Amino acid sequence: MERLKIALAGKPNSGKSSLFNQLTGLKQKTGNFPGVTVDKKTGTTRLDENTMAEIIDLPGIYSLYPRSLDEKIVAEIFSDRRNNYFPNKVVLVADATNLQSSLLLLTQLIDLRLPVVLVLNMVDLAAKSGQSIDVIKLSINLDLPVVLVNARTGQGIEKLKKILIGHIPVSKQKIYPIDKEILPAVEGVRHHFKLESSYEAYQYLQQVENLTFLDKNDKVFIGKLANEHEFFPGKYQGAETIIRYQYIQDLLSKIVLKTADTEWKRLSYRIDKVLTHKVWGYLIFFGVLFLIFQAIFAWAQAPMDFIDSTFANLSNLLKDVFPRGPFFDLITQGIIPGIGGILIFVPQIAILFAFIAVLEETGYMSRVVFLMDKIMRKFGMSGKSVVPLISGWACAIPAIMATRTIENWKDRLITIFVTPLMSCSARLPVFAILVALIIPDDKLFGFFNYQGLVLMGLYALGFSAAIISAVVMKWIVKSNERSYLIMELPTYRMPKWSNVGHTIVSKTKTFVFEAGKIILAVSIVLWVLASYGPEKQMSQAETVIDKQIQNHLAAPDERENLLMAYRLEHSYAGIIGKAIEPAIAPLGYDWKIGIALITSFAAREVFVGTMATIYSVGNTEDQTTIKSRLKAEINPDTGGPRFTTATGLSLLVFYTFAMQCMSTLAVVKRETNGWKWPMIQLVYMTALAYFSALIVYQLFS
Amino acid sequence: MADLAKSVAQMVPGETAVIAGFVSQELSNKLLEMGFLPGSVVKFNFKAPFGDPICVTISGYDITLRLEEAAMISILN
Repeated sequence: MERLKIALAGKPNSGKSSLFNQLTGLKQKTGNFPGVTVDKKTGTTRLDENTMAEIIDLPGIYSLYPRSLDEKIVAEIFSDRRNNYFPNKVVLVADATNLQSSLLLLTQLIDLRLPVVLVLNMVDLAAKSGQSIDVIKLSINLDLPVVLVNARTGQGIEKLKKILIGHIPVSKQKIYPIDKEILPAVEGVRHHFKLESSYEAYQYLQQVENLTFLDKNDKVFIGKLANEHEFFPGKYQGAETIIRYQYIQDLLSKIVLKTADTEWKRLSYRIDKVLTHKVWGYLIFFGVLFLIFQAIFAWAQAPMDFIDSTFANLSNLLKDVFPRGPFFDLITQGIIPGIGGILIFVPQIAILFAFIAVLEETGYMSRVVFLMDKIMRKFGMSGKSVVPLISGWACAIPAIMATRTIENWKDRLITIFVTPLMSCSARLPVFAILVALIIPDDKLFGFFNYQGLVLMGLYALGFSAAIISAVVMKWIVKSNERSYLIMELPTYRMPKWSNVGHTIVSKTKTFVFEAGKIILAVSIVLWVLASYGPEKQMSQAETVIDKQIQNHLAAPDERENLLMAYRLEHSYAGIIGKAIEPAIAPLGYDWKIGIALITSFAAREVFVGTMATIYSVGNTEDQTTIKSRLKAEINPDTGGPRFTTATGLSLLVFYTFAMQCMSTLAVVKRETNGWKWPMIQLVYMTALAYFSALIVYQLFS
Repeated sequence: MADLAKSVAQMVPGETAVIAGFVSQELSNKLLEMGFLPGSVVKFNFKAPFGDPICVTISGYDITLRLEEAAMISILN
């Protein structure tokens, strides 16, 4: 069977993703392009009985000259014929309602001598706009196949597939005549690298720093040629764009029979009057945020409980089935709870991305950028930072990956840096148990629940810390790169639900695999630390506990739980917990809490399970049991309860600020290309957590 | 004549103008790519609540940009 590689290219908002979803359906994969932090969306489709196609959905771009990380990959793929993703055929998806800016990239692809099919998408809207074009003439003029498609309904897809099976000749059009002054250098590069087209060689010269496949020698060679001809990257780019647009306008004047009117956009403008209004705009935005918040917490609860109990039952079931031994203990106590600890967040992440996808599909997200840009700039970020920050409420990992659309490095870095301060869903179980423990279940003015208020306060605290840290970063980080916002505001549309579904699936997968592998690895390491310790004391566990029972110091039915607590105390984790006790004592914590702080590095919610084990609660499913057990715990130094209001608040503040997530650090490392920023982030957030908790404890005790 | 030069940043909602060129080289290619071509008609739609960024229409579609970027586009009207 023949396998084709087909790339989808086009500008943002051209309906590229809809087309990708129509072509590939559920056969999609997301990942990263090797070496660069760009989402790679690929999928397969069957074109006919003998032909399968691998479809690559490239990031939306206006031209080959990139400005954001996302955009770099396109030039990279199209100008390197040895690239694994170099396509056999290219589908250029154009927005039929806005042909002019859609065709700019097409003219570049033609000059690269790539076999291209032009898809005129959103023909339904084009019809609504009253625009009428001569498609046959367009096809003849461009010398390439043109297909009308409505990617939302699937109309035209079969025809596109048929064209993709057949031979697509390279268009004979030559649109941009490379400037004579630089031509010798271009031909030099073309000859040296044996390239198909002069324009490809020209891209080598223009983008010598962006193209990662060029090695040092290549770059030196290109740099020398450029110098000899007084060329520098960026030179002629403006002229090139103008020439291309001249060609396009000339073309459009020949093929457009009737131009569009703006009548069809009237409703969109009316909606904008409300949604970008200085009062209603913000009220609606905060209403939407509140709804998202509500949904994450209320709607996700049932599926989360279900996942939680399923994994607990599975663990218990396997415990009975498997013989006892270190290997099976690893499975039942290390791996299965580890996987459960990852999957438990899936409902919240899925719900959050459902909202974000709907808001993006409708075009509202661009308005949020528009509304928030000025405010966010005051804090060193951009309007485009809003989506990552909101995503941070679910999980910092997809949130940090969502910063790739921010063109400016400094804006992006600050957003990455502060996103983990947004209280993610892993903090919630910790907050829940501690708040329930120290805050009375009463109502203020008989209306506001104190526990709810404190919980909200913690989210506000995390958010404030993010904002303040961003301002500080704004002053510290130096950048010569200009920050800008130039973005299309798409016409409002009803969301296409299957697109929303695809987004949910791909984002959730990203979380499960990106965060999951690290959470799993760390939880296994921590399980080992918590299960093993110096042989001498570990082997005495049963003797010691049995002695306590004999002396009526402990109840016989508590034996199992006491054994677990004893083993944890004398494990390596317990030893570390005791070792750090002097450091955390000023915060009001003892070594038991120290153990929980350490195990939280897999994922913060592990705190609850560890506390349950160390206080020998046994059944970790029962929140009330854990709560009453923690309540009864006595601080031997004071004779009073261990979990005083001061200790509880101190812990809450600590968990709000601390960077206790290895997966986030790993993602930050990848997104910032090095250990520098994740290390600064770790030190900063830990220090912030430590000193804030210290102050809180000292104030309240 | 320089004092008569006006930019997109100084336009008011509803106003239309013809793009004359760019004040600086910086970002000019990005603006060109987005359709801000000399000779094209630009219409000022509305601005964000704090006056910045703004939304303009160029060759049939709506683009948002900051006042800083808008100030780089000189116009005639």
